[in-house]
Amino acid sequence: MRKLTTSLCAAGLMAMFTTAPAVADNHADQIALGKAVYMGKSRGNCISCHAIDDPDANLAGNQGPPTVAMKTRYPDKRKLRAQIWDATKNNPLTIMPPLGKHWILSEEEIDAVVEYIYQF
Amino acid sequence: MKIIKTFALGLTVAAASQMTFAADSGFDLKTVDPEADRIALQNYFKARFPESEISDYVNGIYAVDAGSREQWEELEEFPPYEFDVEKGEELFNTPFANGKGYADCFENGGIGIRHKFPYWSKEEGTVKTLEQEINECREDNGEKPLKWGKGEIAQVSAYMAWTSRDKVFDVQIPADDKRALAAYLDGKKFFYAKRGQLNLSCANCHVQGTNIRIRADLPSPQLGHVSHFPVFRSKWGALGTLHRRYSGCHKDSRSKPLKPQTETFRNLEYFQTYMSNGLIANGPGARK
Ligand code: HEC
Ligand code: HEC
Repeated sequence: MRKLTTSLCAAGLMAMFTTAPAVADNHADQIALGKAVYMGKSRGNCISCHAIDDPDANLAGNQGPPTVAMKTRYPDKRKLRAQIWDATKNNPLTIMPPLGKHWILSEEEIDAVVEYIYQF
Repeated sequence: MKIIKTFALGLTVAAASQMTFAADSGFDLKTVDPEADRIALQNYFKARFPESEISDYVNGIYAVDAGSREQWEELEEFPPYEFDVEKGEELFNTPFANGKGYADCFENGGIGIRHKFPYWSKEEGTVKTLEQEINECREDNGEKPLKWGKGEIAQVSAYMAWTSRDKVFDVQIPADDKRALAAYLDGKKFFYAKRGQLNLSCANCHVQGTNIRIRADLPSPQLGHVSHFPVFRSKWGALGTLHRRYSGCHKDSRSKPLKPQTETFRNLEYFQTYMSNGLIANGPGARK
């Protein structure tokens, strides 16, 4: 199912690339995917635990710290990605799911959500 | 989808030393100490929510979250489970085809005994729950067993709980039968073990995560968890048993629930109820 949605999604993106002018904004697409991952209940569902200052975020939970000042706090993007890929590395008892390690998100989705939150 | 959702990722039972939050004793038969666990849990919540009385934990999340308490108090003014208690009483008093009834299967005619469940049965070498004995009573008298999660079984259980209100839980772990402590330990391990695709333990939400929002949901404290079952949940629009709730929490954390009344779920109930020793039975309850 996950593969299916990812490939449907990829197909959708491809369709966009082919119809858009040659200067398709790759980054904007990635940010849009990252946002969908952040908000989607059946995807990352980050919003269930992390508040974020995005006008489309409502009823965010607060199990985890709010998503703020990412760039300042994570000058090394790889550290941020590692936290999302497997939060149990830093804290084995954390409530945060290991989104990469347990195949909850694909690698592209993790890259995308990193890009999305890096703006906040 | 199915494969991923039910994907058995294996229970990552972290090293015991890492699981000790709010559980003061160990995770093996040599070091486990139920009474130390129970006191540690109370102290943990006392420190986290100094305003809340221990005796109030029978009211679940409403013991610690003032915000939703008012709504709940209004709900309790016209208790949504009232009809179910009446229906349960009627079912309880309707004789089986052989002329016998539930009253013949239980101590004291089944009245005022809810707080004595679950208990360790030496004869059978297993934990016995109230719902289990309701169905055994039926089968012993030639009736079909009821479905475990909701409906008539919850109604009979609700009536029995109603007649036991304010009685104090005092679950025993008999020292002369080592298997009883092993059952407690099994339940305790289950509670603290991470499982499922989201890698969550019961403790993640009901100890660490108590009264902290997961989206719009507020997980209740594990202390007092079982006192008010069966429960009428507005979300279900109906009464449900404890093991139905266990299944629901598994699904929320994307792990495959065990079947209701399996040994491990009964051991989990044994552990959870022991944690609530000293609190009163106040079922049936109402929750959002
Ligand atoms: C069920 C709750 C939950 C979910 C879902 C969740 N997190 Fe977390 N997250 C936490 C908690 C709690 C922490 C605090 C650190 C800890 O527990 O070790 C945390 C920590 C973090 C941190 C490091 C702390 C910080 O702000 O510097 C980042 C970054 C993060 N989460 C991002 C995410 C992203 C992105 C997602 C979704 C793809 C996500 N989280 C999903 C609960 C969650
Ligand atoms: C993802 C978070 C999460 C996990 C993991 C979880 N629960 Fe829950 N649980 C909840 C929420 C949210 C509720 C509904 C609000 C509440 O606590 O009444 C709930 C309700 C309950 C209730 C009913 C409480 C009441 O007052 O009626 C019980 C009992 C319970 N859970 C036990 C468990 C057990 C045992 C496990 C592990 C097998 C578990 N939960 C795992 C979030 C969780």
